Amino acid sequence: MISNLPIYLIALPLFGSAVLLLGGRKTDRWGHIFATLMSAASFGVGAYLLTIMLSKSNSERAITQKLFEWISVGTFKVNAGLLLDQLSICFVLLITGVGTLIHIYSIAYMSHDHDRRRFFAYLNFFIAAMLLLVLGDSYLNLYVGWEGVGLASYLLIGFWNQKPTYATAAKKAFIANRVGDMGLSLAIMIAFATLGTVSFAGVKEHVGQASTGALTAIGIMLLVAATGKSAQFPLQAWLGDAMAGPTPVSALIHAATMVTAGVYLITRSNFIFDAAPTAQLAVAIIGAITLLFGAVIGMAKDDIKKALAASTMSQIGYMILGAGLGPAGYAFAIMHLLTHGFFKAGMFLGAGSVMHGMNDEVNMRRYGGLRKFMPITFATFGLGYLAIIGVPPFAGFYSKDKIIEVAFNTGGIKGITLGSAALLGAAITAFYMTRVVILTFAGAKRWDEKAHPHESPFLMWGPMVLLALGSVSSGFLFTHGDALRNWLAPVVEPVAVHEAEVLSPAIVSILALVLVAIGVGLAIVKYLLSDVPEVAPKDVTVFTRIARRDLLQDQFNEAVFMRPGQALTRGLLTADRSVIDGAVRAIARMAVGSGNILRTTQTGFVRSYAMWIVLGAIGLVAAIWMVTL
Amino acid sequence: MSAFTTPILNYSLLLPILIVLGGALIGVMLEAFASRKIRPIAQLSITFGTLILALVQVWRIRHQSSLTAAMGSVAIDGASILAQGSVLLIAILGVALIADQEHFTALAASLPGSSEERESIQSGEQLTEIYPLTLFAVAGMLLFPASNDLITLFVALEMLSLPLYLMAGLSRRRRLLSQESALKYFLLGAFSSAFFLFGAAYLYGYSGSVSFAGIREAVIGGSGNDVFLLMGIAFLSIGLLFKVGAVPFHAWTPDVYQGAPTPVTAFMAAATKVAAFGAMLRIFYTALANAYWDWRPVMTTIAIITMLFGSFVAIAQRDVKRMLAYSSIAHAGFLLIGVIALNKAGLDASIFYLLAYGVTTIGAFGVVTLVRDSTGEVTDLKRWAGLGKRSPFAATLFAAFLLAFAGIPMTSGFIGKFSIFSAAYESGNHAIVIVGVLSSAIAAYFYIRVIVVMFFNDPVEDGTTVVIPSILTRFAVTTAFAVTIFLGVFPAPVLNFITSTALLLR
Repeated sequence: MISNLPIYLIALPLFGSAVLLLGGRKTDRWGHIFATLMSAASFGVGAYLLTIMLSKSNSERAITQKLFEWISVGTFKVNAGLLLDQLSICFVLLITGVGTLIHIYSIAYMSHDHDRRRFFAYLNFFIAAMLLLVLGDSYLNLYVGWEGVGLASYLLIGFWNQKPTYATAAKKAFIANRVGDMGLSLAIMIAFATLGTVSFAGVKEHVGQASTGALTAIGIMLLVAATGKSAQFPLQAWLGDAMAGPTPVSALIHAATMVTAGVYLITRSNFIFDAAPTAQLAVAIIGAITLLFGAVIGMAKDDIKKALAASTMSQIGYMILGAGLGPAGYAFAIMHLLTHGFFKAGMFLGAGSVMHGMNDEVNMRRYGGLRKFMPITFATFGLGYLAIIGVPPFAGFYSKDKIIEVAFNTGGIKGITLGSAALLGAAITAFYMTRVVILTFAGAKRWDEKAHPHESPFLMWGPMVLLALGSVSSGFLFTHGDALRNWLAPVVEPVAVHEAEVLSPAIVSILALVLVAIGVGLAIVKYLLSDVPEVAPKDVTVFTRIARRDLLQDQFNEAVFMRPGQALTRGLLTADRSVIDGAVRAIARMAVGSGNILRTTQTGFVRSYAMWIVLGAIGLVAAIWMVTL
Repeated sequence: MSAFTTPILNYSLLLPILIVLGGALIGVMLEAFASRKIRPIAQLSITFGTLILALVQVWRIRHQSSLTAAMGSVAIDGASILAQGSVLLIAILGVALIADQEHFTALAASLPGSSEERESIQSGEQLTEIYPLTLFAVAGMLLFPASNDLITLFVALEMLSLPLYLMAGLSRRRRLLSQESALKYFLLGAFSSAFFLFGAAYLYGYSGSVSFAGIREAVIGGSGNDVFLLMGIAFLSIGLLFKVGAVPFHAWTPDVYQGAPTPVTAFMAAATKVAAFGAMLRIFYTALANAYWDWRPVMTTIAIITMLFGSFVAIAQRDVKRMLAYSSIAHAGFLLIGVIALNKAGLDASIFYLLAYGVTTIGAFGVVTLVRDSTGEVTDLKRWAGLGKRSPFAATLFAAFLLAFAGIPMTSGFIGKFSIFSAAYESGNHAIVIVGVLSSAIAAYFYIRVIVVMFFNDPVEDGTTVVIPSILTRFAVTTAFAVTIFLGVFPAPVLNFITSTALLLR
């Protein structure tokens, strides 16, 4: 039975994780291979399910699997069930496909780590949780996966928790995510309160009964959830620090999959946002702000992973913007998500490969001229680079230009503002990505005497090559004959009528390419044609300084949330100790005191026990008499 | 004078009880004729086999409910089948604990401290009369909640009580304490049985019938002498309240729980509660249901006193077994809430609570049997300090059982308390729910205090260790743990089964 298969997608990696965690040291020798096989098997199941879905007509492709009745309290009934439809299969294949490649990569990357088995256990656990997130058939099931990936992310960011800063980074990510999670749980509660159901199908069915106000509230809360998980403004501060985790983790979780969960959530909830225009506009605005925010930070980062992280933030901004543009944008948001999954994961693996060859150095100012020493890494990274800046015919060109085009086509001031922001973002992206490539692979050698750059082993470059192939071809494949749009049509219901074209696709592409060329040119002038100092120059403008400090996001959080929060906590602690504890202690003393008095009735003499029975009997009879009188 | 007609017994419905009685008789024969060497293993297999066979029979007749057997004196309905199933499950776990003969005296007839006792210990022989005694008690417990008239009820009460009196006195260590507790239990039990019988006589005087159906009709008709009815209710209640250990008829509980061999305490605490509350639910829900104006206020008062007394005095205890005894008194109070609710939800909730509480009790006492020093079990709470560091397995399990007693979510105790409180709330009895929740909060204090002692206090170096459990003990405690957690996390299948099955024949 086909409808019994989806659970295996989740069960296989979950089993792998359980075996590795419970098996302990005994599984050290083969644990990493086992975990990789579990992930690959899950991919196999996903691919098989895709072939089945392809063989059916588009409206009959969704597969639902009811697992068991999970919660049944009064009218609140939730089934644990899975929903594999056109949207979730995209994610399933991305998660298991890229996930398996990254498992393979990690076998080599983590080969010197004592705790490689634990690493693979967490990776497998992440795959299972992420699959549950995209396969759950209700908001509550999604929430379980949502929390699961949060936990996996926390464990993996802090994987090297012997370094206190890494442990702090993990905690920071966790706390920022908790703020978002609060939004998700509130959204679920509001949905249940107004609609009486939390399943996707149920909410979609009853969405017409709710007031716009309630739907806007749900939408805003879902957006809060998305900003936490997807590192969007204003909850974006954790992603840069999350790069403390091993690089494969950054590639898988903090670039390709988990951070895109917010986009999934919004796209999945399209029926809510389509009925709540205010919330939808908020989504688009958050996306536009973040895509610029991340791009600006990206320009100032010297740490290769942090530069890529800023880029991730910015690219997810594009996706959120796309998702915020309504039915016209969902498919392109998902398309950009998938293409980004390929090229950004590929570039992160490339960065890992560079670090692998450079004694874990991350400062790009200490790189330079590496293309001769790492030709394959350079080639794959370069293809990813061409994809992200949107050079035709690479993947990013198709997906990003479409989002820009749709943004313009929403019309009015809204369309011009959002479209311009997206265009500007494209130019900045071109600048900072060119900067990364030049600083790393071109120019003069600036590295340490001790570094001996070399190409990485096959297990590492193999996955990079496959991902590079994806960055080259996926955009064309998805747009050819509107393949992905038609595929997703039953889930996101695109508008049949084309909206007024403000700018034609050709003009958008030309505009974008011109801006990208300017960005690339500026970067070449600044970093290739002039010397790059090994230490970041100090005499820079105030803007650069602010950008280097992540646009003061941490300072803002500390001043507005952390310090007042700490003061409040201290105040509450004092109140708790004096007032509440005092009252509790007094009650406890009373309880102990009365216990000590009452226990004296237990004399140990059977005659007195019998007397109690007699007294009890007299009391009982008397009481019954009194009641009846 | 009418001719004597042969009673129609409906053996197939009585099979669970008959099987257990048969097993007990075989056990007696084995005691008499089998050689000492093969007795322990033979008795153990007979006992387990009997209990499992009986459980299978209960499962077989689960759908043939709402029938009477033995000329209407035994009711086979959903409630009795569920109670019997619970008793048998608990008995299986209890026997797994009893199988560790380390707890029982080598020769029960020898005087404590006598040369005879020394010889019997040195010879390494072990009497095995505990098994048939257990089976006789189980048979009584199966009949008690199914009894459909006062005579059968009394016979069942004695059938379950007499073996228990003996079993309480069989402890290997601290024999005087054990024998003292057995004697106390017997004297007070006999005393309360007299009340019970007196009450039965009054009810017969009131209604002219000993069957529950007859009493029910008389109550509905309302033509009898009310004084007889009220006296009957009061005295009958005393007998039942004594068995469940409700205040002020609880005084035997701490002494007997402490004195009896721990496996017997476990079995007695868990299975007796199920049987006694099963019977109580039947009487109050069927025979006396329409007189609820008379008994409900009094029973409410008793429930409140019982919950508060048990919780408060448990705080002052320094001995694990005595603490668990007071905890069982408090739980009797919680269960009375279910009796008072007098609705279908109350019946369902009480049955779930009984099963959950019984299994957890077996588990908790099972862990107590494992904590020992050279002289036997250590029950002084002070010496449990730091157990979590020395034996995380036992301490974690015990902590889980305590959390279940306290009613913490994710354990069966929470679901039990929640459903029983909501049933009472539904019936409009809000005051008792408030007292129930408050006493749960008080009770949580002493449960969690034990967890604190085990995990957060430094170990004392006085030779207190956790012995490696035998396979059967391990089976009992881990099964109890699994059931406790399972019922807490996935209560729906069991709750649904109870809801669809639990019916009382009227």
